[in-house]
Amino acid sequence: MSGPAKRKAPKTKRLLGLFGDFDQAFDVIADIRHYKVPGVTVDDVTLKSPIEHPEIEDVLGERPCNIPKWAFWGGLFGFCFTFIMLASAQANFLAQPQGGKAVITVPSNIVLAYEMLILFGVLSTLTGFILGAKLMRKSEGLYDKAISLDQIGIVIEVADTEFQPLKDIFKKHNVIEIHEESLT
Amino acid sequence: MNSAAAKHLTDEQTKDIDENIEWAKINKDVLRSMENPRRGYWVAMFISVCLFGVMIFAEVWQYNYGMGDALLNTSHMWDLYISTFVFWIGMSHSGTLLSAILHLTHADWRKPIYRFAEAMTTFSLMTAGIFPVIHLGRVWNFYWVMPYMSDRGIWPNFRSPLIWDAFAITAYLTSSVLFLYVGMIPDLAICRDNTTGWRKKLYTFLSLGWRGDDAQWRHFRFTYLVIACFLIPLAVSVHSIVAMDFAMAIMPGWHVTTFPPYFVAGALYSGCSAIITLFILLRYFFKFEEYMTMPILDKVCKLTFVIAMVWTYLNLIEFASVWYGHDIPSKEVLIAKATGPYSPFFWGMMVLGSVLPFALLSKFVRRNMYVMFFVSIFLNVGMWLERWMIVTPTLSLGYHPQAFNVMWPGWVEWAMVGGSFGWFGMLFLMFVKIFPCVSMYEVKEMVYHRKRTTYADVDEMMELHSGVPGPEPKPQENGGS
Repeated sequence: MSGPAKRKAPKTKRLLGLFGDFDQAFDVIADIRHYKVPGVTVDDVTLKSPIEHPEIEDVLGERPCNIPKWAFWGGLFGFCFTFIMLASAQANFLAQPQGGKAVITVPSNIVLAYEMLILFGVLSTLTGFILGAKLMRKSEGLYDKAISLDQIGIVIEVADTEFQPLKDIFKKHNVIEIHEESLT
Repeated sequence: MNSAAAKHLTDEQTKDIDENIEWAKINKDVLRSMENPRRGYWVAMFISVCLFGVMIFAEVWQYNYGMGDALLNTSHMWDLYISTFVFWIGMSHSGTLLSAILHLTHADWRKPIYRFAEAMTTFSLMTAGIFPVIHLGRVWNFYWVMPYMSDRGIWPNFRSPLIWDAFAITAYLTSSVLFLYVGMIPDLAICRDNTTGWRKKLYTFLSLGWRGDDAQWRHFRFTYLVIACFLIPLAVSVHSIVAMDFAMAIMPGWHVTTFPPYFVAGALYSGCSAIITLFILLRYFFKFEEYMTMPILDKVCKLTFVIAMVWTYLNLIEFASVWYGHDIPSKEVLIAKATGPYSPFFWGMMVLGSVLPFALLSKFVRRNMYVMFFVSIFLNVGMWLERWMIVTPTLSLGYHPQAFNVMWPGWVEWAMVGGSFGWFGMLFLMFVKIFPCVSMYEVKEMVYHRKRTTYADVDEMMELHSGVPGPEPKPQENGGS
């Protein structure tokens, strides 16, 4: 029989550690993956960086991204909507003499639907980007201008008991600066 | 500049970029460029505004006195307006298309130059879009091309390539602007963090709250990649459709199967030449010698040469198919191009478009800014002549002898053509003054990766990244078994 479920302590603080390069930041994350701060896992880590580092995913683990789905459904909608819209317009355009040609002209409609497939695909992808990357929202707490310049930031929300061990790990890996804010 | 730095910037430079540039310096240099351009920038802006003023004057004149003053009341119903429209559509191609292709193929030398090339696409399209509207005469009726439900139940003719044009250009302009914008968001955040006043407000609004989170970068990477994938077929289709404006007609010289690929190659060619011209100008205006380097220019020149040869091949194929095709009117148009009243311009096109590119085989030419500036301009003159030689000789020698008519453009048309360069120049120069025309975060990436590849022990690097410890099994609670 198992004992009572262990509850996670409530997060009370948010910490931002700034590092001089990716290696130091990755070392901190490696320590967190080794559970050197009990209660803090790699899923709690947000890495902020001035560039897109290709190995970030290897270090943080795979995280969800639905952009391809947005692109697919946007493109499909664009194609179908345009074709139906054009066909409906052609079927209703009775004033135009057809000269024996088809009323609904499939080849030319496909050309136009293809263009709109791309346009709607792009618009939908952008929508997915804004929602997925949580842009255009009220900013959440800690940030430092140095992140857009040349430093790497690690942001973690922690409970009171996790605060000092995490700070120690930051210091062990030569953190340049630590910012903190209260979540309560 | 110290002697080491000066040596670094000579034509003997072999690296695309100096790997030792500090990230902070990249920010500083690019942000400075937006504040303090050289005086040449203001001279270029003045010339552009003057040219645009001439265009406004010509448009007002044409509006008041009719299309006849543009000499477009004969069989030459299109003439320079459509030629220049095609020219600007072509110019728009290299920016976004090459940027997308080079992005997908991981050619990192694109990083310092793609931003202005994409901006070139956007403003070229905005310039091209002016010409069909001007050509309407009644400019206020431009919206008739849009498919909307009117009171009389009249729709545009969806079988017409001109409607395809409207759809394609709308899709291309929108997608190109978004591609340019999305790629700029991390840089806009840098600008937001380092400016004050109206600039800060503008960049704060446009950066959408970018803070460089891993989730933001991950979505950014996918978004940029997906839009690049969308844009490549779109760019090809747009110029194919522009080619169909001609190829779907049964006019001699236009009804040619190879027109779509021929137009796409021509578009890439003129776009690459324009990139070279703007590369040299921006390098000078903004003191970007450390980012827009000779080796990068060298690569763009080689690319231009390859595309020039493709264009030349397609040109010769077109001539051959007409020559051996036994379509007498088409053959007469071809002969008239080479021997008739327009022959100086036809041969000018051939020399500037097919012979001059061989100069790019010379390393001296490729690495000489002054020579390359003029070569790139002459290449584009050749490409403009190409578009003129597609349109006007056919219209002067169609199927109807009563419509045979040699026509030389009047001042109104020339003013519109010249003014279009002013309009483009004005928009482009405003853009590069307000927005960073070198991608700061991507140059940082370029420097970061090249430095690690060049200087770090590759094995050590492999070990470092493959050795990032994975999650260990959680300690069993309650003892476990």
